[in-house]
Amino acid sequence: MKILVSCKRVPNPEQKLKFSGAAVDLSAASWQVNPFDEYAVETALRLTEKGKGGERAGEVVLISIGPKEVAQQMRGLLAMGADRGLLVGGDDAALDPDQVARVLRAVVAAEKPDLVVLGKQSVDGDSNQVGQLLAGYLGWPQATFLASIVLAADGKSATVTREVDAGVEEKKIPLPAVVTVDLRIIGKKAVRNAALAGPEAEWEDNQRYASLKGIMAAKKKEIREVTAASLGVTASPVVKTIHQEPPPPRKAGVKVASVEELVAKLRTEAKVL
Amino acid sequence: MGAVAVLLETAGGTVRSTSLPALTAARQLAQHHGGQVVALVLGGGAAAADAARYADRVWSYDSPALATPLAETWAPVLAGAVKKLGASALVASATSTGKDVLPRAAALLEAGMATDITAVRGPKTFRRPTFAGNALTDIEVLTPLVVASVRQTEFPPATAAAAPGPVEAQDAGPVDALGAELVGLHATKSVRPELTEAQVVVSGGRGMKSGENFKVLEQLTDLLGGALGASRAAADAGMVPNDLQVGQTGKVVAPKLYIAVAISGAIQHLAGMKGSKVIVAINKDAEAPIFQVADYGLVGNWETVIPALTAEIKKVKGG
Repeated sequence: MKILVSCKRVPNPEQKLKFSGAAVDLSAASWQVNPFDEYAVETALRLTEKGKGGERAGEVVLISIGPKEVAQQMRGLLAMGADRGLLVGGDDAALDPDQVARVLRAVVAAEKPDLVVLGKQSVDGDSNQVGQLLAGYLGWPQATFLASIVLAADGKSATVTREVDAGVEEKKIPLPAVVTVDLRIIGKKAVRNAALAGPEAEWEDNQRYASLKGIMAAKKKEIREVTAASLGVTASPVVKTIHQEPPPPRKAGVKVASVEELVAKLRTEAKVL
Repeated sequence: MGAVAVLLETAGGTVRSTSLPALTAARQLAQHHGGQVVALVLGGGAAAADAARYADRVWSYDSPALATPLAETWAPVLAGAVKKLGASALVASATSTGKDVLPRAAALLEAGMATDITAVRGPKTFRRPTFAGNALTDIEVLTPLVVASVRQTEFPPATAAAAPGPVEAQDAGPVDALGAELVGLHATKSVRPELTEAQVVVSGGRGMKSGENFKVLEQLTDLLGGALGASRAAADAGMVPNDLQVGQTGKVVAPKLYIAVAISGAIQHLAGMKGSKVIVAINKDAEAPIFQVADYGLVGNWETVIPALTAEIKKVKGG
């Protein structure tokens, strides 16, 4: 089982966003891995494990697009347990989802994974497109917004549950396929490869931390730097950012002292009761 | 300039109310493009007639193979329809189905896509929230064809026209699911209005401590005829089903009145409710970030405040 996982860096979402002119200013941002991509790595690792702390079978390959500095974030994911990385040089701030999907398509053609796992969206661009675009370009089945995944023992299909507006949808897809993961995928029993782990297998809640051993091992793992051109990708952007601004601030609210005052204000001032 | 195609989701022979905002956005876009609004109904059967009340034309692909929304089958039909129509845009509401299917259709059409638009600013320019709603970004789609998913809370639902447009049956041709199949839907049963459409939303957070305690919020919710919501922390802790989650990664709501109870106000939660007209925060921690976006804040324990609030509202409404 070879699994390709895409990852990107995002500015720390807890930091206040700065603006310069009509654009977001990320010059002083502190970078981290997109949280959903960490979940994707955790998902891929569990799919190659016999259970928590058990033996592994299979390979998890990371792919990221960005400047050389992104190797730092990739190194953290290698320390979690991913096997090797591919860093495609580029200006990650200027990429649109379509360009990312086209690069991934080329990487899939070269690496021939059984499964591609992505975060459902990045928390900066919030586009929620790349997995679906990639599946469309490849003509592969897709399963988005996964809450759980079980790989069949024969390795030929996966049964997943997906977070949908009305509840939870169960879907079965043959491999190779593209999946994107949502928050619930990092639950104790959300991910399992039936060829390796029985129904009783469980992991810790949440994505794993890198162990000291993992950090040491990651230093020796390969991050191969390539260019989009060397992959045969020359995609020009299909969307362009023309203006960015902060949302209008909400007018300052008031603290009320009692339930009676609250209800009175909601009736007479806000007129919503 | 061509038509604007709009994917309408259907249920029980009618257009889903969640698709009505997409029709409004499609109409706005059609004014820029100078073409008709053409509703695309897939596997909808009788709902095509309902769709005709909102669109200039309806193309109905009434194949049983399209009855359930699979991205593998729906995306090629959408792409085929857009090509056959010579349409210049394809839109749908940013429901879980829209978010799943539209980008795949965009790939098949080699079209640029704008996700979760909050405004149509030109034939190919849109405003959309990024960075969890902390930046409003205007983007221009550079391809001849435009694909956009529509944030439901930012466009009013379309109203029916006096004269319905014609319904034209279309043949989807062979439908290939690529081996994918929908096994089942485990729907959350609720007698309350849809979270994304409710005029009032009452949400509980981690501080509610247990699912049992949400009963007190349900009483307040039902008194106000609203929908029940929750923060990610409450959903993660299993107090309520996941589909009640409001936030950047849950549902985006913009009711007239949003009451946040025992919710601290993490950025990712605020992204899902900042657009509410009036926000009330009830939290025992006076320093909780939720108070920074609240129009009215009340510092106190939900255990005492919520029953008192419910009683007070009953009293004034009865009086």
